[in-house]
Amino acid sequence: MMESGPLTGPVPTDGSADGTHPRPAELSGVPAKPNPADGEIGGTFWRRFTFRRPLAALILQRLGLSVGLLFAVSLMISGGIEALPGDFATTYLGQSATPQAVENIRKDLGLDKPWTERYLSWLGGAVQGDFGTSWASKNSVGEQIGKRLGNSLFLAFFAALISVPLAVGLGMLAVQFRNRLPDKIINVVSLAAISLPEFFVGYLLIMFFAVKYGIATFPATVYDSMSFTERLSAIALPVATLVLVVLAHMMRMTRAAILNVMSSAYVETAELKGLSAFRIIAKHAAPNAVAPVINVIALNLAYLVVGVVVVEVVFVYPGMGQYMVDAVTVRDMPVVQACGLIFAAFYIFLNMAADILAIIANPRLRHPR
Amino acid sequence: MSDYKDYLTQQVMLGKMNRREFLGRAAAAGILASTAGTLFATSAAAQEPKRGGHLKLGLEGAAATDSKDPAKALSQFMFVVGRNWGDMLVESHPTTGAPVPALAESWEPSADASTWTFAIRKGVKFHDGKELTLDDVIKTLQRHTDDKSESGALGVMKSIKEIKADGGKLVLTLTEGNADLPLLLSDYHLIIQPNGGLDSPDAMIGTGPYKVTSFEPGVRATFEKNADDWRTDRGYVDSVELIAMNDATARIAALSSGQVHFINRVDPKTVNLLKRAPTVEILNTSGRGHYVFIMHCNTAPFDNNDLRLALKYAMDRETMVERILGGYGKVGNDFPINDTYALFPEGIEQRAYDPDKAAFHYKKSGHSGSVLLRTSDVAFPGAVDAAVLYQESAKKAGIEIEVKREPGDGYWTNVWNVQPFSTSYWGGRPTQDQMYSTAYLSNADWNDTRFQRADFDKILLEARSELDEAKRKEMYRTMAMMVRDEGGLILPMFNDFVNASTKQVKGYVHDIGNDMSNGYVATRVWLDA
Repeated sequence: MMESGPLTGPVPTDGSADGTHPRPAELSGVPAKPNPADGEIGGTFWRRFTFRRPLAALILQRLGLSVGLLFAVSLMISGGIEALPGDFATTYLGQSATPQAVENIRKDLGLDKPWTERYLSWLGGAVQGDFGTSWASKNSVGEQIGKRLGNSLFLAFFAALISVPLAVGLGMLAVQFRNRLPDKIINVVSLAAISLPEFFVGYLLIMFFAVKYGIATFPATVYDSMSFTERLSAIALPVATLVLVVLAHMMRMTRAAILNVMSSAYVETAELKGLSAFRIIAKHAAPNAVAPVINVIALNLAYLVVGVVVVEVVFVYPGMGQYMVDAVTVRDMPVVQACGLIFAAFYIFLNMAADILAIIANPRLRHPR
Repeated sequence: MSDYKDYLTQQVMLGKMNRREFLGRAAAAGILASTAGTLFATSAAAQEPKRGGHLKLGLEGAAATDSKDPAKALSQFMFVVGRNWGDMLVESHPTTGAPVPALAESWEPSADASTWTFAIRKGVKFHDGKELTLDDVIKTLQRHTDDKSESGALGVMKSIKEIKADGGKLVLTLTEGNADLPLLLSDYHLIIQPNGGLDSPDAMIGTGPYKVTSFEPGVRATFEKNADDWRTDRGYVDSVELIAMNDATARIAALSSGQVHFINRVDPKTVNLLKRAPTVEILNTSGRGHYVFIMHCNTAPFDNNDLRLALKYAMDRETMVERILGGYGKVGNDFPINDTYALFPEGIEQRAYDPDKAAFHYKKSGHSGSVLLRTSDVAFPGAVDAAVLYQESAKKAGIEIEVKREPGDGYWTNVWNVQPFSTSYWGGRPTQDQMYSTAYLSNADWNDTRFQRADFDKILLEARSELDEAKRKEMYRTMAMMVRDEGGLILPMFNDFVNASTKQVKGYVHDIGNDMSNGYVATRVWLDA
């Protein structure tokens, strides 16, 4: 997704299936609402397509929009870097900058050219999948990011693998024992974990498990020559920290959503019809409760990928966050752009996936009023 | 007296003092030299280097943007990386700071110190098996000095007019005489590379004690022993691993849990807690770096020397060293030189905190209202706290200082050397001449106090080519007094380099040149099993 976004071209109007039909105006919003009362399905191809395949149409439309969004993001990042005080040459050399060295770097990188020209030349490369080389380290951005993104995803994947089932499970448990002791314990503990800043949770874990008892691996630096099990043991502490940080949010949302549905009239009706408790939850309650839960999970997953720079620093973990911060510090434009686009792509992708899953779970959402 | 002898003895046993230093101080105290003889024998025996092992260092200062090209090395991390794989022509002596031969075997100045001839060491091999030639040396120096250069050493190299080979030796012609030239060549950017690094500046192929086996910018660097090293008195461990750890707490945790052997930049606020750990040793070395408050001498209201003097007397230096440096440092005297430099002018009266004198000069200056001081935590560790402390001590003299906290991002571009009163940091330079030429010469790029005095410039240039040391020292004294009494520099403290290691690490050399044993830490220490 994050690779293919810019590859599909910067033209957001190319959204229809065969690419020949121009998009009708109403498509910039939600999918057009077909009117079954008409008896026949008229209008353009897109209109018919929307009616027959509402989900596919939605996905296509979202993809088109996300390309436009990514384009806007790249423009904003570029403008943002430009607005920051100092350029690459002066910030990279820092206190030891001499006018001649600054001048040489500027000339070398074309920083003396106007901003628009530099942005367009970067964009020209980016749409062809070439993100250029880092100004500072002269390494290929794509290759560097590949490694860092792999590390970030590795960490996020295991954090999600533990935290999502745990959160949903604990949420259900809390519903089961609502307002009784287990519910209260779960609530208090998870709230305490979310209230502590993540670096503090990290330091506590390091202090006990690495320094005092010496059972955990620290620092969590991972590198190429490490075996899979070594990697797993390296990320144990950061994963534990992340789980503690994201758990409460998802757990409480699950609890609230299920409680909300359980008190609605149709669940009561189902109960009165004499359906089994399992059937009620699986068939009637769950599909209606799943949409908000999925949304919270998606937000937390996005956080796990793009928002964990503090955890990365504390545990010395070479992920994307630290990479981007380093690049912003010296205004290394190609790296900042690429990182920013990937982060944006992750948010867009996860939100889209959440919406699609919610629609699949609840068909009513396919035809919004 | 015997207490003092015990103290000296202890310093020797700890390896904190070399033979010459000991003899000098012991003689001054009237201690018999025979004691010294036996003492050094034991110390040497106890410190026979052991070879082998895997050394791990957790270092601050790495970034994903680090360049492998030594010309662009800036961070502390890359400083150590470069010292591991490469050599310069000249090194500096750890305790005296005098130039010591490295890849240059010997050198000879002309009578006016404007032409220098260097003999290059023979039989030295690069890591790729090629032999070091004079051509490699010339190409390296040219790469750092030519017009297109982006080298961090451009500043120190610009006085070199011509680089050429003559009769198998390297001949450097300078634009003017410079008695300190060999030391300039010890700059850590000037690593000699095959063909001067023109083909592949990023190859990290050099003549140093360790070969690079892997490097990931901002993450980690690994090295193995160079079996063909031309020196036997370094590179004791089999392999070295540098891990980037930018978080101070992470470094301390890694050291106290024994995951790394050595860390740099120990926070003065936590150093006393770390000291209590039984496995840890604090390694502090006095250095030339200094934390400063700088005023522009040509900008109102700081163009008034009485105001500058008032602000100098309003500085409580002892408290600064105690609170900001945790006691790991020395008070400064408003000129950028301390006794770690050769030809240090001794006996200049220490300026002390004196609210009365400050009030006197303040009144005389006729200034009214507050004085705006800009600061940021990137200026030096604890800079914001230092500014607030200063505000308090100045208040007692009736001077009102307004402290403005600036964003750390872009501080060196927008505040330092731009705004008339700010906090800053200076690392040391190899020589007094270098320090003054970099920041106190009228037309220097980094004249961050706007100290523009023709008479000062004249003495500085005369001293540079003066080969009579007594005369030169006298000149440096005059210059120091000028900066101290009329300059825009308030220098409350020289900071120690504070590093820490596990007790397993032996042979750490306290080097006045720069932090982390002048970057040579991994090449000089060994592991005691």
